[in-house]
Amino acid sequence: MNKEADLLIIGGGVVGTAIARELAKYKLDITLIEKKSDVGSGVSKANTGLIHAGFNAEASKIKGRLNVEGNKMYDQLKEELKFPFERRGALVVAQDEDDIPRLESILENGKKNGVPDLEIIKGEKLFELEADLNPDSVAALYAPTAAIVCPYELTVALAENAAVNGVEVLLNTAAKSIEVKKDHKVVYTNRGQIKAKVVINAAGLYADEVAKMVGIDDIDITPRKGEYHVYDKKLGSQINHTIFPVPTGVSKGIVVTPTVDGNLLVGPNAQEIDDKTDISTTSQGLENILQGAKKTLPKLSRRGVINQFTGLRPAYKETGDFIIEASDKVDGFINVAGIQSPGLSSAPAIAKMVREILAEILGGLEANKDFNPYRQEVVRFRELSVQEQAKLIKEDPRYGEVICRCEMVTKGEIIDSINRPVGANSVRAVRRRTRAGMGRCQGGFCGPRVVDILVKELGIDHTEVTEDGGDSRILLERAKESLLKEVSE
Amino acid sequence: MNRQSYDLVVVGGGPAGLAAAQEAYDQGVEEVLIIERDFELGGILQQCIHNGFGLHHFKEELTGPEYAQRFIESVGSRGIDVKLNTMVLEVSPDKKIYAINSEEGMLEIEAGAIILAMGCRERTRGAIAIPGSRPAGVITAGAAQRYINMEGYLPGKKVVILGSGDIGLIMARRMHLEGAEVEAVLELMPFSGGLTRNIVQCLDDFDIPLRLSQTVTEIHGQERLEAITVSQVDENLKPIAGTEYKIECDTLLLSVGLIPENEISDEAGIRLNPRTGGPIVNEGRETNIEGVFACGNVLHVHDLVDYVTEESKIAGKTASEYLNNKIEKREDEIELIAGDNLSYIVPQKITTKVKGRKRVDLYMRGKRPMKNAKVIILDGDKEIFTKKERFIKPAEMISLALPEKVIDKVTSKKVEVKIVGEVE
Repeated sequence: MNKEADLLIIGGGVVGTAIARELAKYKLDITLIEKKSDVGSGVSKANTGLIHAGFNAEASKIKGRLNVEGNKMYDQLKEELKFPFERRGALVVAQDEDDIPRLESILENGKKNGVPDLEIIKGEKLFELEADLNPDSVAALYAPTAAIVCPYELTVALAENAAVNGVEVLLNTAAKSIEVKKDHKVVYTNRGQIKAKVVINAAGLYADEVAKMVGIDDIDITPRKGEYHVYDKKLGSQINHTIFPVPTGVSKGIVVTPTVDGNLLVGPNAQEIDDKTDISTTSQGLENILQGAKKTLPKLSRRGVINQFTGLRPAYKETGDFIIEASDKVDGFINVAGIQSPGLSSAPAIAKMVREILAEILGGLEANKDFNPYRQEVVRFRELSVQEQAKLIKEDPRYGEVICRCEMVTKGEIIDSINRPVGANSVRAVRRRTRAGMGRCQGGFCGPRVVDILVKELGIDHTEVTEDGGDSRILLERAKESLLKEVSE
Repeated sequence: MNRQSYDLVVVGGGPAGLAAAQEAYDQGVEEVLIIERDFELGGILQQCIHNGFGLHHFKEELTGPEYAQRFIESVGSRGIDVKLNTMVLEVSPDKKIYAINSEEGMLEIEAGAIILAMGCRERTRGAIAIPGSRPAGVITAGAAQRYINMEGYLPGKKVVILGSGDIGLIMARRMHLEGAEVEAVLELMPFSGGLTRNIVQCLDDFDIPLRLSQTVTEIHGQERLEAITVSQVDENLKPIAGTEYKIECDTLLLSVGLIPENEISDEAGIRLNPRTGGPIVNEGRETNIEGVFACGNVLHVHDLVDYVTEESKIAGKTASEYLNNKIEKREDEIELIAGDNLSYIVPQKITTKVKGRKRVDLYMRGKRPMKNAKVIILDGDKEIFTKKERFIKPAEMISLALPEKVIDKVTSKKVEVKIVGEVE
């Protein structure tokens, strides 16, 4: 590969794809590279999926401003890109009268950030909002603008819309080194080189390493690990809001939240680690988050847990803030780093801020009149009315074949997820887009069927299908293959 | 909406559904429909290509597909309707079934009676929360069985199996025969969860070690599984610090339990028993919704398909009696309670009288291995029935035919069933 572009974005997480989609509104030749086999498969896929109201981030920081701004942008984004998003509201619950002043100071901070409609709720009213709260609860800060989102579907939607509007998205493409020339940069990847006028570093956990490629060595990204339990859909309706305990210095505490898919999610803890690839769960960590969650919702136990996962937040400890700036050392190089929480909430606002920085570098941007902000609707069979379902099956019988029974996902939806722009190419990529295999049986029944569909749609062999890209092959060889080899030798 | 109606609709075309449909038809129910979500009948038996099926029911040794085929043929010859590739979405309390398939679209089927025979699913890594990374290569034993026996591909070459239930044992042998190295079978409990004959024929015959009181405490590997950490567990089944050791492997098969698949039943308002995970039923395998029956692994997890057949025939027979208004309610319901050393009993109650009935079949499972034991049925303090069992094994279901004459004499509303004997 030997390519040229006006702009190269390194990193296909929610930040990189949000930037790509925002800049696709202008006449620019844009390439986005992602080293993994799917967009949103690093930091962006494994988090709490919250669009924070914005009362936590300190008003003095970039975060404080961008969180609230980003939150407001989500309504329009949801209309255009059609990803699951619900404004459920959040509660920060105090179980001790002594914590009420703390709630008041959070409310004050929120007001400074411009968070609308914050209020403190006390006594019985609290239990009207959430009946199963710990009976010790005395008061809560209520933030109605807080929302929940599906973070991987959001990222996929952004990437898809960017691609439809001309952005070239290259998966399995990792930046290895960067050569800084007078008026451009050459980015060397595992798949060849890309020459670009401006490079945007949105490499998440690896933003420090990408920065080092151009000689910027004062950014250090520390992975901060957080573990989660996912509960069966039967338990998702137990609560209506995202519920936080009163925060401590280090973290926002163990959150209990419904997800847009109807599950219940609890977590995360926070542990600073060295290894950026360590997404393992630990028995201690899982126990701790369960205990933490039980303080909020005493009814919870291990019963109904269907899965666990770990997410890493890319923390820039120096300031604890986002870095969003054109480098003063290297012309035409923009760092978007340290995007930990509330990164998901801020993503649209981050993209806007990067657009302003880029406009300054390039001396203005020319609008792309052909830009189509709308993403083609994704069929979610389970959400259709019976009449709509019947009609759809008549039009396309592939929607009459249910592949994933736990989540009610049809063959038509899976094929569509593979064939859309920036489509799924692995079992988990299908899972992230359609939820096939995300339910209580965790793909035990539909896994082999999804493998079959990938084989047919991608025209590959069974032994080439991966769980999640790279070397994560599912089937290693034909049965008896090695035995037959032995015999023939 | 495509509307249809049947006397009896059987949800699930595995061994339970097939036997129930056949029996109901033979008892005179004319319009019978089986709904199956897969492309063929037979259910999980189709991927169980090993032998050992049918010793009780057919008095000969068959493979899974052979056992299934006998029922598929007899159902076919009886003119029982079958819908394949059809997914049941909902069963309503007034016995309407909503289902879809590619050819007919959305179906609303009115049923005089319904037999639930949806089988079970496997417990997953997530449900037992094994810590560690999330690489490819950690799959349930049943999924591996499907990949190998149905699709012809090997999901791993260096394998450890967690759980010594029958599927785990069968898969140890299968993986070995297909060219994989099986390092060990690990079992959390101090005893195996599988049939003795499977331990002998699947592990001992191939020198595969069975390690009791051990479990997986960490999973290693980024993209594909690289190793697991194994720990000894104490009497409370908690890992003992300091006993950890590592096994390098590319595959971990999980055979850590089966869960009756009752989401549809639950949504229909059918009451479930937390011990079995299946519906609470009377001796005719009728649920709390009149005219809705359950049998096979959706009711409780069986170890032998022969017992599934036997139980499903009970459900099929009662469904026909129900449709012909032949069922008379007892004045007093008798509740059956699982007492000492018993983890569960099915049915949970006796509620009807049926003319000419000689006995009521009870199925139960012991809690722990015992020998020289006795199953005792108590009416108050009085022993009304006993049955000797030389060995009690949690892996092996105990069946007991309670004579109608004994039931007639019961005076209490609650009857306790317990096991006494020497704990092994």
